Amino acid sequence: MGSREQALAALDAVIDPELDEPITELGFVRSLDVDGGRVTVHLRLPTSFCSPNFAYLMASDSKDALVALPWTREVVVELDDHHDSELINRGLAADAGYRGTFAHEAEDSLDGLRETFRRKAHTAAMERVLTRMLRAGLAEADLGDVTLGDLPDDDATRALLRRRAAIGLGAGPGLPVLVDHAGTTYRAEEVPLRLRMARATRISIDGNAHFCRGLLATRYPDEPSRGGDPVMKEAAS
Amino acid sequence: MYSKDDENYFIVDAHIALWDARPQNLRNIHGKQFIDCFYDYHRNLSPESEVWSYEDYLYQGGDRLMKDIFDEGHVDHAIFQPAALGEFYLNGFGQTEEAFALAQAHPDKLTYNHNWDPRFGEQGLKQLREDAKRFDLKGAKLYTAEWHGDSRGWKLDDIWSYRYLEAAQELGIKNIHIHKGPTIRPLDRDAFDVADVDKVATDFTDLNFVVEHCGLPRLEDFCWIATQEPNVHAGLAVAMPFIHTRPKYFGQIIGELLYWIGEDRIQFSSDYAIWTPRWLVERFVDFQIPEELSEYAPLTTQQKKKILGLNAAAMYDIPVPAELQLPREEPQAAAVA
Repeated sequence: MGSREQALAALDAVIDPELDEPITELGFVRSLDVDGGRVTVHLRLPTSFCSPNFAYLMASDSKDALVALPWTREVVVELDDHHDSELINRGLAADAGYRGTFAHEAEDSLDGLRETFRRKAHTAAMERVLTRMLRAGLAEADLGDVTLGDLPDDDATRALLRRRAAIGLGAGPGLPVLVDHAGTTYRAEEVPLRLRMARATRISIDGNAHFCRGLLATRYPDEPSRGGDPVMKEAAS
Repeated sequence: MYSKDDENYFIVDAHIALWDARPQNLRNIHGKQFIDCFYDYHRNLSPESEVWSYEDYLYQGGDRLMKDIFDEGHVDHAIFQPAALGEFYLNGFGQTEEAFALAQAHPDKLTYNHNWDPRFGEQGLKQLREDAKRFDLKGAKLYTAEWHGDSRGWKLDDIWSYRYLEAAQELGIKNIHIHKGPTIRPLDRDAFDVADVDKVATDFTDLNFVVEHCGLPRLEDFCWIATQEPNVHAGLAVAMPFIHTRPKYFGQIIGELLYWIGEDRIQFSSDYAIWTPRWLVERFVDFQIPEELSEYAPLTTQQKKKILGLNAAAMYDIPVPAELQLPREEPQAAAVA
């Protein structure tokens, strides 16, 4: 793999926590320039008013991912066209960290925010596989009994397993699918409600992804992304 | 009124604006970024035939508004929900004087809601009392992502916000429309969190809280709060145009809202001038939840009539001609506080 490909692969691991997709697939990588050990990345977002905490997370994760490559000597990551571009770019250049970047608007860290969205991503992935089984004829009363071993070997199942791993849940075939973030199952009478709540979470994430992909394509009509095409695919629903 | 297939619909557009984002009104780059963001929503989610030029989009004026909403838009009554944005625009974004004058000229067609920002403290409270009297306010629009000095957002459960809500209750400003932007400070937390709505809805049971774009992008949190709090309602601003670009997804949103909060607490709006009401009303009357979404029941004509106008009319005491009301035995908007 050439150095440019390695840099792109590193950016593949940077996830938009809100949409639960890599920034490269979302088209957020506007440009990537590699010159020896120097890497310069420009990021772009669907609107100027995307939430600054998520914007910072993706930009600082990008820098971390590139700095971690053994051959990089100088990494510059800049966020373009955002209402906080100046603030965030200054913080990234100085390696000021989250609190150093946002000063009085930051309290402690963004770890809790990340965890919240990892849990939501798991909830949505769980709902996708279970709703599919319901539509195929599974009785609602049997939802709580579905285990990982009952799921087909496909993308939706693999996505669920990745989200489970991200919050520390196992992949054993005997493990129940409908669980909370700690892996705990629900009482039988709670099961239908819990699936409904999970569905609302999944619809929120899907809707947000529709907005973001659409707005990005409208905002930058003449600039295909450098990290891979922004794929306009209907989320599995 | 809109008529189709022998059914007549009374239409209330519960969220409209008369804004001015022309260059001479921009205070700084953020004013331009803000209207550009709106314009991208407009361009991305409108049918091609309904897309305006950028120049038309910057400012409409009263005549064009009346034409788009009433002459062509099928709307019987519309409610101004202005955003102030004084840090971005010299004379503000929503044009107070122009919109209020229009509402005074057409009181049967237009209701003017105003706004407040609790960070203005005592002085703002005094202003609120004067505004309530001058505009005869029944409702208000609160945009919690307003910038103000060093602050770039506020929460409904801030101490000063409570004082303003207490004043609103006393002044009879019953209908509080909330637009959640990315606002929550510190930035450690999810910026779109709607938990503050839960607290004020519990503490101000005489007020109605209409959460615009039904809490999106946090639909799940909104639905959960709305099931607990009978005075929380869903505004369909921004969610509506998905009816064109993502009809299946729109069906899921409506299906979820009907499941969680029911047909009496959902209000139609075009969010004019982000979109125009005509095509949204026509598409919604024609809309049906796709059959493949077997987890949702089909949408009924009665539900459409309530969402398109009867719910908001009940909340704002807007008179509805007898022939456009639902048969008496079916309670309308019973959950309005």
